[in-house]
Amino acid sequence: MRSATPWPDVVSYLVEATGETLYMVGVSTVIATAFGVPLGVWLQLTAKGGLRPNPAVHRVLGFITDLGRSMPFIVLLVALTSVTRLIVGGSIGSTAVIVPLAVGAIPFVGRLVQNILSEVHVTVVEAAVTTGASTLRIVRSVLIRESLPALINAIGVTVIALIGYSAMAGVIGGGGLGDLAIREGYQRFNDRILWSTVAWLAVLTTLIQLAFTRAARASDRRRHASV
Amino acid sequence: MITVENLTKSFQGVNALNGVTLDVEAGTVLGVVGPSGAGKSTLARCVALLERPDSGAIRVDGTDITALDGSALRAARRQIGVVPQGDSLLRQRTAAGNIALPLESAGVPGPQRRSRVGELLDLVGLTDKAAAYPDQLSGGQRQRIAVARALAANPSVLLADEPTSALDPETTGSVLTVLDRARAELGVTVLVVTHDMGVVRKICDDVAVLEQGRVVEHGKVLDLVSDAGSRTSSALLPAVDLNPINESSYDRVADVVLVGFAAVGALLPEAAHRFGVELNIVGGGLTRLGETPVARFRLGLNGERSDSALEWIGEAGGAVQRSLKGPQGVAA
Repeated sequence: MRSATPWPDVVSYLVEATGETLYMVGVSTVIATAFGVPLGVWLQLTAKGGLRPNPAVHRVLGFITDLGRSMPFIVLLVALTSVTRLIVGGSIGSTAVIVPLAVGAIPFVGRLVQNILSEVHVTVVEAAVTTGASTLRIVRSVLIRESLPALINAIGVTVIALIGYSAMAGVIGGGGLGDLAIREGYQRFNDRILWSTVAWLAVLTTLIQLAFTRAARASDRRRHASV
Repeated sequence: MITVENLTKSFQGVNALNGVTLDVEAGTVLGVVGPSGAGKSTLARCVALLERPDSGAIRVDGTDITALDGSALRAARRQIGVVPQGDSLLRQRTAAGNIALPLESAGVPGPQRRSRVGELLDLVGLTDKAAAYPDQLSGGQRQRIAVARALAANPSVLLADEPTSALDPETTGSVLTVLDRARAELGVTVLVVTHDMGVVRKICDDVAVLEQGRVVEHGKVLDLVSDAGSRTSSALLPAVDLNPINESSYDRVADVVLVGFAAVGALLPEAAHRFGVELNIVGGGLTRLGETPVARFRLGLNGERSDSALEWIGEAGGAVQRSLKGPQGVAA
């Protein structure tokens, strides 16, 4: 029987894989937010009862969004190979994984954002309309600002989901924690690596979740009346 | 100042407004009242430029504002300050921040914005709540902040849609006081849509009664109360109870409406004195419309010149609404 991997080596494996995961997930989250939030805003504006109702545009956007969300990530990963090559100049490695991760997350973020924005009460939005505010100002100062805590939480949910998706990055040589657990841990029967990766993933996601919950709370200016 | 001309609006074939015409003089308060489903909300939403009427016009200073788009529409919206029905404040902004919103839309620079917000907080009596968030304010305070916000960009018209629904009577008073002060101190023309006749009683100069999308009564409150058949008078004046036993001992029984300090205080004793008749109040009572005392009394008169006394009361400014002979008169 093969001796277990020494702990210092396990740690260095974990450090390297964590770096790759954070890189892939971090960059794709930023991209997904940059495109997903406007998508969500657009969906909400064109929705029935929105500020710029437009059934045709809304239906097309909704269709594309749901199509994107229904695509299994592993399929997206391979299907987008040529697009990835066009954008990042190669189709393997951590950077290459960012493209499908971001593309997969944009519709996800879009739907989350639209749901959150639709929760802003219509009276509040109309009150802003009657002040003569432009649509852009209402989006910024009312829709987004009023739901900022929920939006921050939604980005947190997206990060956790992307960590999950990124486990499949190994398929195109992206590395990361999921890849470490599967390739080094599971496939090579290295229980120590497998279980330390699993434990570390649990800790990591908990920490990330906690950070986003805190940030959301900090952004929430409502102070419940303490009469 | 603001006129509504022949406004119609229907939703899926149901007519909410059937040719509504209204006229609000500059610096006055018009109360639009009526039962649920009369079209009050639709009218308010049209005037707030949140809903486009099917036909008709809404003129502010003579200019029709119903057909505008884009930046012209936004500019027109700034002329009409709106206190929407229900909670409408941004919960992530302080009271001061909420009041500042229309000033931001109007592009007012920071320092001027802050001083204007200060003036408005003072107007609504909530200077100490500038930094409070809506969740920390009471319903009445939130509504006063909503009034301050509506007034921020110096609109010429203030529209309040059910500003006192969901408020208790005491808080209602504080919100109405603020609306009244807006008219008195800023000279703004106020249009208040309400189901509560108490609002009309307290702050309205004029009233329009809406029923099934039509204006069925429109005029000065103090004129309409003298009109026996008007909805306004029956809603605002004290009831006169039928009391046949009391009434049977008089030659004449009549209902009379008196408006103003002079009429309420002096008219009846003077009539009794001039015509040498016995004149008693057998029913009704005294109320107050805004600052004006208004009475509706049922009078019992005894004496030969009772008819002349009633006639004189009518000529002197009282409205004699029901003059009938007592039982003895009928027998004779």
